[in-house]
Amino acid sequence: MSDHKTMTLTLIVWRQKNASDAGKFETYTAKNITEHHSFLEMLDCVNEDLIHTGKDPIVFDHDCREGICGMCSQVVNGAPHGGQERTTVCQLHMRKFKDGDTIYIEPWRARAFPIIRDLIVDRSALDKIIQAGGYTSCHTGGVADGNAILIPKPVADEAMDAAECVGCGACVAGCPNGSAMLFTGAKVSQLAILPQGKGEAAARVRNMTNTMTECGFGNCTNHYECMAACPKGINVKFIARMNREFMKALIA
Amino acid sequence: MILDGKCPTGPIEQTWDKHRFDLKLVNPANKRKYNVIVVGTGLAGGAAAASLGELGYNVQAFCYQDSPRRAHSIAAQGGINAAKNYPNDGDSIYRLFYDTIKGGDFRAREADVWRLAQVSNNIIDQCVAQGVPFGRDYAGYLDNRSFGGAQVSRTFFARGQTGQQLLLGAYSALSRQIKLGSVKMYDRREMLDLVVVDGVARGITVRNLVTGEMESYAADAVCLATGGYVNVFYLSTNAMGCSVTANWKAHKKGAFFANPCYTQIHPTCIPQAGDYQSKLTLMSESLRNDGRVWVPKKKEDCGKHPNEIPEDARDYYLERKYPSYGNLAPRDIASRAAKEQCDDGRGVGPGGRGVYLDFGDSIKRLGEDTIRERYGNLFEMYEKITDENGYKRPMRMYPAPHYSMGGLWVDYNLMSNIPGLFVLGEANFSVHGANRLGASALMQGLADGYFVIPYTIGGYLATVKPGQVKTDHPEFKQCEEDVKAEQNKMLAINGKKTVFEFMREIGGLMWENCGMARTKESLETNLKKIPALREEFWKNVKVTGSGAELNQQLENAGRTADFIEFSELLCRDALHRNESCGGHFRSEFQDAGEAQRDDVNFCYVGAWEYKGANKEPELHKEPLKFDNVHLAIRSYK
Repeated sequence: MSDHKTMTLTLIVWRQKNASDAGKFETYTAKNITEHHSFLEMLDCVNEDLIHTGKDPIVFDHDCREGICGMCSQVVNGAPHGGQERTTVCQLHMRKFKDGDTIYIEPWRARAFPIIRDLIVDRSALDKIIQAGGYTSCHTGGVADGNAILIPKPVADEAMDAAECVGCGACVAGCPNGSAMLFTGAKVSQLAILPQGKGEAAARVRNMTNTMTECGFGNCTNHYECMAACPKGINVKFIARMNREFMKALIA
Repeated sequence: MILDGKCPTGPIEQTWDKHRFDLKLVNPANKRKYNVIVVGTGLAGGAAAASLGELGYNVQAFCYQDSPRRAHSIAAQGGINAAKNYPNDGDSIYRLFYDTIKGGDFRAREADVWRLAQVSNNIIDQCVAQGVPFGRDYAGYLDNRSFGGAQVSRTFFARGQTGQQLLLGAYSALSRQIKLGSVKMYDRREMLDLVVVDGVARGITVRNLVTGEMESYAADAVCLATGGYVNVFYLSTNAMGCSVTANWKAHKKGAFFANPCYTQIHPTCIPQAGDYQSKLTLMSESLRNDGRVWVPKKKEDCGKHPNEIPEDARDYYLERKYPSYGNLAPRDIASRAAKEQCDDGRGVGPGGRGVYLDFGDSIKRLGEDTIRERYGNLFEMYEKITDENGYKRPMRMYPAPHYSMGGLWVDYNLMSNIPGLFVLGEANFSVHGANRLGASALMQGLADGYFVIPYTIGGYLATVKPGQVKTDHPEFKQCEEDVKAEQNKMLAINGKKTVFEFMREIGGLMWENCGMARTKESLETNLKKIPALREEFWKNVKVTGSGAELNQQLENAGRTADFIEFSELLCRDALHRNESCGGHFRSEFQDAGEAQRDDVNFCYVGAWEYKGANKEPELHKEPLKFDNVHLAIRSYK
């Protein structure tokens, strides 16, 4: 396990003590990194070195480290999650870098996501959008048999394409307007596509888009940066779908 | 003490219905007077908080993540079981019940498992109503796949992300209740103590992970849905934040810990690549539907490219040893078989710790597109981690710690031995016995949350007066001070070793001596080494920063301290259980590699009572009775 060639990298990392601190970039060296290290394991190694020298380690959000919980959130060299297609930063591996590289690491930057510390931001605005209507109002118990509603495979598949969103917020971080339209559009579309969600579709799209605006997210001006940043490859067609649902709701 | 699970008696198929009728009810107008705390927002906690809020209770829900949508249930890939019998292949509630009892190696309660099988069908309906996009056929009907330990297709799925979709379903129901005001959500909070007043659970102490402040919350009942503890092995498939802390704190306050030695090692995980590694990644068991597991017959072939090893030089050992279940043998059996091949020197990849999972035949039969359609996201994940293309060459797999069947002891109502403390999902011990079958964890989490606790908690609350203890009670202050004192102690040590180093060390000891196979000797080694490590931790750990800020080192230090204490109990339980059953394999007790149970002496739940630091815990037993399933040697041959 130790016969890998190792890399040395220069990291330029955003450090910010708390929400009111101005924050600044600091430079660190990552040593003995192999191609099999994940990006976060590389940061773990840097942190171990920092702790041994009595310095505060870099704090960052992470949990499952397999690309599904949506907790990790770093802008690497200007791209949310590092810019590898359909990849969260926890699944980014160091084989994508080479010895001697300099890597810039920053938090999500968006008006609706205040920085808490270093690379950690507050994404509770995304929860608020879901609370505004990202559900069907069914009760626990007393629902029909699962096969009572027929949903042909292409319809179920399209809903699933939208439902894959992990709620990481990379779409917002990637958007020049700090817009959450891809996030919101994905949930609005999933539930508008499925028969179970159609009844509340009009109220849902109105409430969710209102909340989106209240939380300080910007609007969509068709840059498609969200789709490029999305680790699940959620398609911008769901933004178009949300706009159609919104128009329908206006006349409903 | 002989423990009583308070299981209803009579014909098994009537037990849950009869029990539900016998439970006392809380009048709708009175429900809002009761406060309920739910810790953890995975499938069990999320579903419970949403359902209890909807019933009218005042719910306070807590999670350590930044949002309730991120609990580790989200990482479950393959599916969820239910006894719908949609494929008309012979399934029934009885068969799901039977398979679960047998799969658990006859170490679970019949009544609890029956209830689980019975409500499994309601879960699918519930999730469909929420808009969970389950896999369907072209006519629109729900689709099923097969999973290990069963000969029927009863697993429902949403691509390879079933856990994610079910959790988002529960999260959406929870979000609706948050909006309605019936649930108050507290995120980035970690439970660090259980507050017990006069023997009754009255609340919790949590640390606000952003500000570092201690906070107290009081309630008439506390539900722990805080997941499993296999991060005690350090490298596991669990998320980095998964810990035993909430359960361990409750244990130290009097809750019995049942069967801690029942840990599940999942057969198909991506092998470890290096010492720096922080976690292992699971590849869904559903892959074994279409993938064939093999190793080279000859040791000298192990270094070759797998595609150069001819068919007759491959040992499809699961198909050879277990012809009727083949590659779909249950997890404990498949894991041990993989270890056996590697121990025999026929493992592949770095360090010889790997077996092949080969899709070549399926791709020939069904085409690459069909395989991509079924498992595309898993192949993608495999390639990101290993830089190898699973369509072109067989994947390499090795077993990894994945799930804990053991947990806090609960009775049939999911209440622990502390009145008012309920335990749900993976955090309790109740239904999986000594081994869990694939696609049953999601089923249990949602069963407990949607369809069990909403009934059983009412039975308890109806007997207590609401709001008897508030956070101004001195015990709350005391708990906060105790937690703070412990944290200050850790911060003041300023030793030489980091928290990660200690975690790697305890994990290494546990994997080496208490992992897939255990012996009296290896366990006794651990019982000597762990106390020494515990002592070293409290003298030599280095935790930077302060308690009054966001401090991930401090969070991890607390979890590690608890894991070290808990690991001793796990080893003790494994040492006392002189038999092999399910995930607990004692090398001394085997019959040519197959686990040898001892039903005469060990057909019981072992529940441990904490007796204080440096004191031996006391074992209590709950005898297991099998009236409906014949206690037999478990065979998958």
